[in-house]
Amino acid sequence: MGTNSLHVLKGINFNVKEGELVSIMGSSGSGKSTLLNILGMLDEADEGSYTLDNVPIKNLNEKIAANYRNKFLGFIFQSFNLINYKSALDNVALPLYYQGVNRKDRIEKAMHYLDKVGLAPWSHHLPNELSGGQKQRVAIARALASDPKVLLADEPTGALDTKTSNEVMELIQGINDEGKTILLVTHEPDIARMTKRIVNLKDGVIIDDNFVEQVRANQYV
Amino acid sequence: MFSKDRWDEILEALNANKFRTLLTAFGVFWGITILVLLLALTNGLKNGVTAGFGNFATNSMFIWTQQTSKPYKGLPKGRRFNFKLDDVASLKNDFPQLKYVSPRNQLGGYSGANNVVRGTKTGAFQVNGDYPEFIKQQPMDIIQGRFVSYSDINAKRKVCVIGTGVVKSLYDKNEETLGTYIKINGVNFMVIGTFKVSNSQGDKEEEANTIFVPFTSFGQAFNFADNVGWLALTANDGTNITTLKPQLLESLKNRHKVHPEDDRAIGNFDLSEAFGRVNGLFSILSFVGYFVGALVLMSGIIGISNIMLIVVKERTKEIGVRRALGATPWIIKSQVLQESLILTILSGMVGISFAAAVIWGLNYALDMNGPVENFANPSVSMSVVFIALFILVVSGLLAGLIPANSATKMKPVDALRME
Repeated sequence: MGTNSLHVLKGINFNVKEGELVSIMGSSGSGKSTLLNILGMLDEADEGSYTLDNVPIKNLNEKIAANYRNKFLGFIFQSFNLINYKSALDNVALPLYYQGVNRKDRIEKAMHYLDKVGLAPWSHHLPNELSGGQKQRVAIARALASDPKVLLADEPTGALDTKTSNEVMELIQGINDEGKTILLVTHEPDIARMTKRIVNLKDGVIIDDNFVEQVRANQYV
Repeated sequence: MFSKDRWDEILEALNANKFRTLLTAFGVFWGITILVLLLALTNGLKNGVTAGFGNFATNSMFIWTQQTSKPYKGLPKGRRFNFKLDDVASLKNDFPQLKYVSPRNQLGGYSGANNVVRGTKTGAFQVNGDYPEFIKQQPMDIIQGRFVSYSDINAKRKVCVIGTGVVKSLYDKNEETLGTYIKINGVNFMVIGTFKVSNSQGDKEEEANTIFVPFTSFGQAFNFADNVGWLALTANDGTNITTLKPQLLESLKNRHKVHPEDDRAIGNFDLSEAFGRVNGLFSILSFVGYFVGALVLMSGIIGISNIMLIVVKERTKEIGVRRALGATPWIIKSQVLQESLILTILSGMVGISFAAAVIWGLNYALDMNGPVENFANPSVSMSVVFIALFILVVSGLLAGLIPANSATKMKPVDALRME
């Protein structure tokens, strides 16, 4: 947080429909993470409007932002960001805890999503007992747990090798197939081609925005 | 506020770094231990010193005659005079505020010559001539028989009540004492009771080696006529003997033709005043105890505050993640507050328990090794424990306040960027 302000995004105008799988590409400094943070209400735009599921997102104080994030959004991070002293199951249950879901239902739901990402047998392991791919799958389960409208993934495969990346992408494609809207930031063209639409950013503006033929990840696995 | 989920969250966080949690907790543990111990020791000192007063009714004073220091009504200075039995009657009459007026006389005493004989055994004891009220001013436990009564006084019976020390020196073990005779300064007295001084400290031996006889028989047997050695006065509960003192002295001076401004003619010892002074001293001492204890505790609190700041700093990213997942700032703040509160209270409880164990040990050692002068029964009351707990709760909240605020100061996006 320096005192010098920097205009990162200089006029972004795009819409994402329900059920889309969009990748946002660009070199570092292009503003793709900032865009994702604004969409994730972790950051706020100086000007402009943002409407999520017909709800105008504006005048956020931290409390309202936290509630919107909890209800509407699921985050997947490059470095997984699991809480390392909580078991996989408890990590997945955390967003539900903040929703005020009682313990029994929480555990049940969390277990359901862990099972969905294929990690039910690892439910009581701590994050550092899991491999990178497994950690990211726990993180995906966590993002899904609160049944959000949109999943926001910031370089979800950035810390993974190619094989594991493909496994994670396969999972993400599967989730998208079930109708979930997913926005994904990446700088890897291979990963971007596994989405249905690629938005290219450069110096804070969209230079192109194309729907593409989706490459299924399972053909590499 | 404290659901099971909250508890789990907090305990998980505290468990995540056990050693550090332990070290941090030690500061508060130590502070509260010292606070409680200081108060207990103050209390022990107080108990010891007040026990030095014996169990004598504290609203009392002793009063005796000395030489006059001023000539008055044709009488020279340096004159000696005695209180008489009719002074007792007049005091009782003029001062209804007085509960007990006991004239006393004494023979023998500390390291006196042998004055009591029974068969082939002899001993040196303190012999008091007393009225029946005296046992109400200085409580004692009658083990066998009874204390002196008014019918003894009126009939001038030669009877006596003897202390356990006397029994030990003059009688064989298990020998019957009641109804036997002992010879005090050549005069036979029948034993009608034995006593021991209840919860006495300090002068135990001297008190046990004491013989009480009726005041009137004492005067007759030992040639004291109706002279009174000194008076033990106790005021009614509503009246302080110290405020009554000037009037009492004035009345006695008047009766004995002593100059009203002659302060040396009548000596007195005001137990109530002395007691009040000692009590005042101990109020100050326990204030010092609280003060020092609170200061030591404060360094423990600062330790907790400090470590919570570090914990918050270390967990910046975790806090960012939690906020991304939907934790409101208040949830984060209250968790930090609760962590510090629980850490403080838990370590404080352990500290209080530890102090209680030390106090128990001290008492045990005192019981084993017999009484120590000016120190007895160190203890704290429940109210002190509650005050200590209250201090802990307040300080736990204070310790968490700054860290809790700093935890949510950063924007989530910046928090997430931290490594």
